[in-house]
Amino acid sequence: MSALETQAGATVPAPRAAPAGPAGPARLAVRSHPVSTRRVLLSEWVKFRSLRSTAWTLLAAVVLMIGIGWLAGWGSNDSWAELSPQEQATFSPVDITLAGYYLAQLAVSVLGVLLVTGEYATGMVRATFAAVPRRLPVLWAKAALFAGVTFTLMLLAALLSFVGGQQLLGEHSATLGEAGSVRGIVGVACYLTVVGVLAVALGFLIRSTAGGVATMCGLLLVLPTLGLLLPSSWQEHVLPYLPSNAGAAFFSAAPSADSLSATAGAAVLGGWLLVTGVAAAVTLTRRDV
Amino acid sequence: MIDAKHLTKTYGTKTAVDDLTFTVRPGQVTGFLGPNGAGKSTTMRMILGLDAPTSGTVTVAGQPYRDHPRPLQVVGALLEARAIHTSRTAYHHLLALATTHGIGAERVRQVLEQVGLTEVASKRAGGFSLGMGQRLGIATALLADPETLILDEPVNGLDPEGIRWIRDLLKGFAAEGRTVLVSSHLMSEMAVTAEHVLVLGRGRLLADLPMSELLAQAASDVVLVRTPGADELGKALAGIGATVSRTDVDALEVTGPSAGRIGDLARDLGISIHGLVPKQVSLEEAFMDMTRDDVEFHASAGSAA
Repeated sequence: MSALETQAGATVPAPRAAPAGPAGPARLAVRSHPVSTRRVLLSEWVKFRSLRSTAWTLLAAVVLMIGIGWLAGWGSNDSWAELSPQEQATFSPVDITLAGYYLAQLAVSVLGVLLVTGEYATGMVRATFAAVPRRLPVLWAKAALFAGVTFTLMLLAALLSFVGGQQLLGEHSATLGEAGSVRGIVGVACYLTVVGVLAVALGFLIRSTAGGVATMCGLLLVLPTLGLLLPSSWQEHVLPYLPSNAGAAFFSAAPSADSLSATAGAAVLGGWLLVTGVAAAVTLTRRDV
Repeated sequence: MIDAKHLTKTYGTKTAVDDLTFTVRPGQVTGFLGPNGAGKSTTMRMILGLDAPTSGTVTVAGQPYRDHPRPLQVVGALLEARAIHTSRTAYHHLLALATTHGIGAERVRQVLEQVGLTEVASKRAGGFSLGMGQRLGIATALLADPETLILDEPVNGLDPEGIRWIRDLLKGFAAEGRTVLVSSHLMSEMAVTAEHVLVLGRGRLLADLPMSELLAQAASDVVLVRTPGADELGKALAGIGATVSRTDVDALEVTGPSAGRIGDLARDLGISIHGLVPKQVSLEEAFMDMTRDDVEFHASAGSAA
């Protein structure tokens, strides 16, 4: 058997002879099962854990969440005397130690978009949909998997960020038992999970990494800033309904004055998710791959 | 068995596949032949449900592909060579697809072995050569041991040994009574692999016939004659209705009479013959003839369609 030098630098043995014809030994039957959402979910898990970039991006999200929370805790305590009396009065020890969510949401967005657009960019998506020609189970599986991973990691990161941050805040700290603490931690994890699933859905809608990431950044970071340019009479009808502000309405312990109620904020965020998810599902089933 | 009925695909005003009706039968290798842009790949994507037909239907084993509960066991496909995430290893690429059908890691190792990629199974697919990528694509197609194989230009990027391997693989598959549809723009490759051909040009079906018939059509009625009496023989041949063209001082290209008839005529006239050969029309030429008007872009200057 000859060997071929390959680009990868490895020696590859020549392929084996073709399967025997009718005269040859009987083929070994391959055991398979019908495609199900559970199996697609397991398949997506194999894909998820077999890309190095996944681990790095998740690590970035966790590090940003915890690092910024601790830094903010230490910094606030250190410069407490320099804060104005008004700032001291409205200071929220819960919110300050969860501030890392602002950058963590970017890492989560990028990864959510990339889980989908990475397949479109490389052509993998054709193999995926040849295996699952009904397509929608892939959308549900990717969304569910990413939601599960994001929620677990971000809950842990938010908890660590809070606990460590409160230590660093010293006498200005809050405890887990205080009103708003648990809601803040769980709420931030929920918000980041919704952001992640939104990114997955946008990935299916937009199909390009650059477009998907840009749209997520626009939605989460640019629109809230641009909105401030609107006449103030309009601002109250627009700004609270943006995903970032709707999210803050339910996880922030000291929400801004024009913020929605916690329940309304959750509902609005759910609405964003629903609309984007339905749009993604409809285009996924209709469009050619 | 693949069954297409009036399959049509249009992109805006451009018709990529135009009213295709054909059946691909089990037990033989069917070649899907046509120049680039003839609609072969689009048709294959429609068979797999990746593209939706504008009109018409296509079924595999009696049902639309997407209605099969275990699609990978119905059709194994190699579409474009790279339907592989470049950052994932060959092993995990196959394992992810296998998992959708509850197929275990043991079968993944088996197909890697079969295509000769065991040594590089844990290397990222992005670093693979064209040939290795092609083999990984074929491993993907073989994964669930499908009843039907659909391979789009499988020999692209393979070395002669790899080409031979693919050929044997396809023939072995067909010999087991399975269905094989393989596309190529290379007539010569098809001639040694396929027993039946579907010829496509600009989205239309130009021919649907056994390979042997296509080869017979390729046989020509042109005879090359080498003779010192080219003038005299040429005139005599023209006299019996042959089309004669002078290609050299002592050479004629004769269309019409058989080589035997030309030889007899020369003997009667007392002209000596130094060479008398029926002209071989290459398969490539026969194929070009068939698809000449249907090639989307001609190379000649100023005639781009």
